[in-house]
Amino acid sequence: MSAVGDQVRKFLDESVYQSVIWKSVFRHGFPDTDRNRTLVVLSNLFLHLHPAKLKGHAVRMRYTWCMGGLSFFMFLILTISGVFLMFYYRPTPEYAYQDIVALREDVPLGMFMRNVHRWGAHSMVLIVWLHMLRVFMTGSYKAPREFNWAIGVILLKLTLLLSFTGYLLPWDQLAIWAITVGTNMARATPFLGHEGPGASLIGYDDFKVVHSKSDIRFALLGGSIVGPSALLRFYVLHCVFLPLVAGFLMAVHFWRIRKDGFSAPL
Amino acid sequence: MILASGAIGTGPEYMQPFFNFVNFICRPEILFTGSVAAFFGALKFRKILVKPPVAIAMTVGLIAFILISLLSPQFYNEARKPDNAPIFIMVFLTGLVLWAAFYQAVNNDERFRQGLRSDEHEAAEEKLHVWPYLIYIEAIVAAFVLALLFAWSIGLEAPLEQFANPAKSPNPAKAPWYFLGLQEMLVYYDPWIAGVVLPGMILSGLIVLPYCDPNPKGVGYYTFEQRRLAITVFLFGFLILWVLLIFVGTFLRGPNWNFFGLYEPWDAHKLLSLNNINLSEYFWSDLLHKAPPQEWWRREWPGFALIFAYFTILPAAGTVLFKRFYQKLGFVRYSMVVMHLLVMFSLPIKMYLRWSINLKYIVFIPDYFFNI
Ligand code: HEM
Repeated sequence: MSAVGDQVRKFLDESVYQSVIWKSVFRHGFPDTDRNRTLVVLSNLFLHLHPAKLKGHAVRMRYTWCMGGLSFFMFLILTISGVFLMFYYRPTPEYAYQDIVALREDVPLGMFMRNVHRWGAHSMVLIVWLHMLRVFMTGSYKAPREFNWAIGVILLKLTLLLSFTGYLLPWDQLAIWAITVGTNMARATPFLGHEGPGASLIGYDDFKVVHSKSDIRFALLGGSIVGPSALLRFYVLHCVFLPLVAGFLMAVHFWRIRKDGFSAPL
Repeated sequence: MILASGAIGTGPEYMQPFFNFVNFICRPEILFTGSVAAFFGALKFRKILVKPPVAIAMTVGLIAFILISLLSPQFYNEARKPDNAPIFIMVFLTGLVLWAAFYQAVNNDERFRQGLRSDEHEAAEEKLHVWPYLIYIEAIVAAFVLALLFAWSIGLEAPLEQFANPAKSPNPAKAPWYFLGLQEMLVYYDPWIAGVVLPGMILSGLIVLPYCDPNPKGVGYYTFEQRRLAITVFLFGFLILWVLLIFVGTFLRGPNWNFFGLYEPWDAHKLLSLNNINLSEYFWSDLLHKAPPQEWWRREWPGFALIFAYFTILPAAGTVLFKRFYQKLGFVRYSMVVMHLLVMFSLPIKMYLRWSINLKYIVFIPDYFFNI
């Protein structure tokens, strides 16, 4: 190391790493010894999602393509940008569209944040698909990781639902028609949708249990068209329910990666 | 829409022969058959395709193709829709990761042939500290991806169309791009199958996959030769029945969900003579020269028989033809695998029946919304 570097290092060692403040935050010195490198991972809430050491192949980018980590990273970016958008957005037909226009025109960084949120959401869908492809191609779904793969499949479904529910919120033509097309399929759910096979068998004579105002699509939209109640429902699902469930399942997913051990050749 | 239909042109004169040719090979039956052939061809010639010069040449070719395509006003119109940007990223990123997977798989398979261990196995001998070796990679990749996302967000504005109007339906009305594969399936199956049964089976199929793959090999390293069947089936589903259908739904389906060539202007008045025919009509009118019976249970028995046979005789035959496979899996797991495979392949089967003999429904009971 150069003379300047030595000086800097000496200063850090003597004045910073020994200081009361540093020691109250980090319970270890600079991570350049084996002991400190282990401690930095173990004593930090975020880093300790990792083990302290990994087998060489698992560290390489060409093995994981970083896709799992990036799925989580996208989720975090979307949470942060989403909270920002929530400050300005009201989920009723009177305001929703207008709030998006205001976000674009009046709010500092509003358009940028909206773009980050939208492109981040599209990216997350892609990244989660490719993460699944990686897990498949390395055979990582096989025993003992079958259950974690199943958790992953639910996470994939949640990612798609998050993206889908968010699509409605701008309340423009693109939004309501995409959601109309998507939710129309629910009409045809066997037994539960009023145009689904078997639904007309439930009930007798003219009394039908499943009709256009009682079927699963009605429950999803809170009405028989994509209207104000659908907007509110999708908003609540999008901003509260689905992220909570996804966050919870991610915790399980990460826990299981550690418990099952990271995939490795035998 | 301000533009009257047909108002956009077909692009420069000198491009027309090429555009017409591409429009022609985009017809669903040709595109699908060609893609399936290309898929199996790519698996077969994987050793050549993963060579870096070949992979680079293919990437350059694809970029050139997209640039040339932009000369077509129709393609340009679709390509510049901001919400279609992820489709291009999907194509390149999927290509990149598949290349990475197969490059390593080919390499490992070659090593096994020479009696060596996989490359991952060699690397796994050494244990590395997560700090710094992994944390640094994660930090750099995260910063890089964040920079890309910011650049994308500065360069391309998220779309905002007119205020929602339930009375004015756009034509075509499309679902978000990641569901366009499902919307495309609606051409061939009624919503209860395309929108409910098939997506449900995709999810259940993915969930049972680990429990039904009896092959213990291939954990923790890339390989193709040790897992041929599993990889072929999975990639067929992902690339052909999902990614390809998304492409078709985005670029080749215009007003009224009619089919259009890649460069063919979307004309809302395009007339297609749709004379799709149900199986029962083929059976009663064309084969027996009789009027079809009125009651559905008499009229539709040929269709029921066919479907019953598909889901019973084929699996039964499979237990004999693939005896070892059946014995390895046992009855329950075998049934799950076969049912999912049969449902999966029912999609291409129905597609080909539609393209070849205009078959609409195999079973048609509109009173109960039970059409297959
Ligand atoms: C929101 C979605 C998801 C997040 C945030 C996530 C996150 C992660 C992370 C960070 C890892 C560590 C290794 C790596 O980066 O590859 C991982 C591993 C894993 N993931 Fe996911 N994942 C998600 C969805 C999925 C999906 C859709 C599947 C499969 C259908 C899946 C199955 C697995 C399995 C089996 C492992 C263990 C891999 C091994 O041991 O090699 N995950 N996930």
